[in-house]
Amino acid sequence: MIISIASGKGGTGKTTVAVNLALSLNNVQLLDCDVEEPNAHLFLKPEMHSKKVATIPIPQVDDTLCDYCGKCSEVCAYNAIAVFPGDSNRKGSGVLIFPHLCHGCGACTLLCPRKALHEVDKEIGVIEAGICGDMHFVHGKLHVGEIMSPPLIRQVKQYMYRSRTVIIDAPPGTSCPVISSVKGSDICILVTEPTPFGLHDLVLAVEVLEKMKIPFGVIINRSDIGDGGVDSFCKSKNIPVLMHIPFDKEIAYLYSNGIPFVTEKREYRRKFEDMFEAIGGGMKGTKT
Amino acid sequence: MKQIVVISGKGGTGKTVLTASFASLAVNKVMVDCDVDAADLHLLMKPEIRERHEFRSGVTARIDRDICQECGECLSVCRFEAITEDFRVDPVSCEGCALCSRICPAGAIVMEENVSGEWYISETHYGPLVHARLGIAEENSGKLVAKVRQIAKGIADKEEKDYVIIDGPPGIGCPVIAALSGVDLALIVTEPTLSGMHDMERVAQVSKHFGIPTKVVINKYDLNQENSGIIRQICDQSDIEVVARLPFSRVVVESVVRGVPLVEFSKNGITGDVVRLWERIK
Repeated sequence: MIISIASGKGGTGKTTVAVNLALSLNNVQLLDCDVEEPNAHLFLKPEMHSKKVATIPIPQVDDTLCDYCGKCSEVCAYNAIAVFPGDSNRKGSGVLIFPHLCHGCGACTLLCPRKALHEVDKEIGVIEAGICGDMHFVHGKLHVGEIMSPPLIRQVKQYMYRSRTVIIDAPPGTSCPVISSVKGSDICILVTEPTPFGLHDLVLAVEVLEKMKIPFGVIINRSDIGDGGVDSFCKSKNIPVLMHIPFDKEIAYLYSNGIPFVTEKREYRRKFEDMFEAIGGGMKGTKT
Repeated sequence: MKQIVVISGKGGTGKTVLTASFASLAVNKVMVDCDVDAADLHLLMKPEIRERHEFRSGVTARIDRDICQECGECLSVCRFEAITEDFRVDPVSCEGCALCSRICPAGAIVMEENVSGEWYISETHYGPLVHARLGIAEENSGKLVAKVRQIAKGIADKEEKDYVIIDGPPGIGCPVIAALSGVDLALIVTEPTLSGMHDMERVAQVSKHFGIPTKVVINKYDLNQENSGIIRQICDQSDIEVVARLPFSRVVVESVVRGVPLVEFSKNGITGDVVRLWERIK
C-alpha cells in the first residue's frame, strides 16, 4: 500500500504525521519527496548506506555535425535552445543551451536531422537511502539554485519497495512537485490546521486529489486552536476525518528538537495503528 | 521603490501573517501574493477584484482516438509517464513538450493550449493587491509568480509607490526563485525547530546565490530558546542580521480566524514586536 501525506498549506504537520505513522507500523518504507526542503531525516536520523547523484539529461551539441538549421530550437517547448545561423563561414554561428529551462524531454536530440545533439547528465541533486531500525528510508535533496524538483521526485520514487507499506512525505502546495509526489498513491492523507488558511488550502488540495482520482482522508493538527471551518467542510463533503491531534506544547517542543512524538507519547502509536487499519479497509475507493 | 519578499523555506512559519501586517503598517505600497499554489494573503486583505486575467501557459497533448493506430511510438518517447497503456494522455503528468505529437506517424496527437490559472488586480483597504490562482493540478507556477511580480512592479512604477510587499511561497525551487529575483530585501521567517533551521539555511543559500540582501526573523522563538540561540549563531556566521524574535502567541491564530492583519487585531504584546520589526526593515 502506498500512502502519501500532503497538505496544500505548509507547516501543518505533514512530516510529523509521516514520521510518526511510519514509526507506529511494521515493514515500512518512508520516501521523503519534499526534495526542496527534506526534513524527515532530522527526526529519523537514518543510517545512510547509499548516496547517488540525481541527474536530468540535457542536450549537448557537436559542432562538427551541426549545420545550425534551427530544428532543435523550433521543437523545444521550453525555449531552452537558441540557434544563431551566422554567415556561410559559420562566423557567429552557434547553439546556445540554457540548462535551467530544459525539462529533459529529449525532443531536440531525437528530432535533430543530423544527429548533432546527444544528451549529457546534469546534476540536480542527490538521493540518499538508508535504514532506521527496520524501516527503509529514502530522500532526495535538490541542489540549491536548481528549479526542477519533479524529475528528482520521480527518481526518489524509483526506490519504492512495493512489498512494504510505502509512506510518501510530499511537499506543500498544489502544483507539479505535489502531483509528482502523490501520483500512484493508494490513498493520500491531507494534514491541515483548523484556521481559514488551513481550510482554504485544504479545499485546493481536495480538488487536486479529486482530479487525480486518489482517495483521501484528513488529519486535523493543532485541532483546538482555530475554528470549526475544517470540520464542517469535511462533514459537508463527506470526507473522513482520520484523526484530531490537539495542540500540545510537549509535542511542539519534541518536534523542535527533532524527536518523533510517538517515542514519548506512546498512546499515539495505537492511534496511528488504528488509523492505518481504517484506511487499509473501509476507506479505499470510497471517495472521488 | 523597495521590493521586500517574505520567504521561509519551511511552510507555516508565519509568512502571510507578517506580510499582512507589513501591508497594514507600510504607507504607499502594492502587495503581491506569490504563493500561487496556495494563496492565502487575500483572506486577510479582503480584496475587491478590479481586473481578472486568464493565465495561459504551455500546452497539453490530446490523442484523437479515431486516428490513433496504437503503434506505441508516443509511449516510447514520453519521459513524463503521461501516456497510459490504453493511449490516453494524463493531462496532469503531461509537461507539454509536444514530442509525442511530432513523432506520431498517424498525426493523431494535437497540442492544446492550457489555461493554467488566473491572475487578478484588486483594490483593498491597504492598497492594490496583485494575486493569482493556479488552476487545479496545473504547472508553471514559476511563470505565474513572475507574471504577478511584473504586474505589481508596473503598478508601483506608474503610481510611484514606495514599496512592493511580496508574500513568498515555501520551498527553494522554481516559484521561490521567481519571487526572489531582483528584490531589495528577502526577509526569512524561521522557527526554532530543527526543520525550521534546516530549511532557513537552505533558502538563505538560495538568496545568497542570487545576491539578494537577506535578514531573518525568528518566530515563536520561546518554544525552544536553545534552538533560537543556535539560529542566531548560524546567522552571525553567515553575516545575516536577525531583525526580530517574536514570541509564540495564540493571538496570531485568533487574528487569522477573524481575518484581519495581526497588527490591527491586537494592539499589545506581539504587535509591538511586529511594528518594531517593520521599522527596522522598511
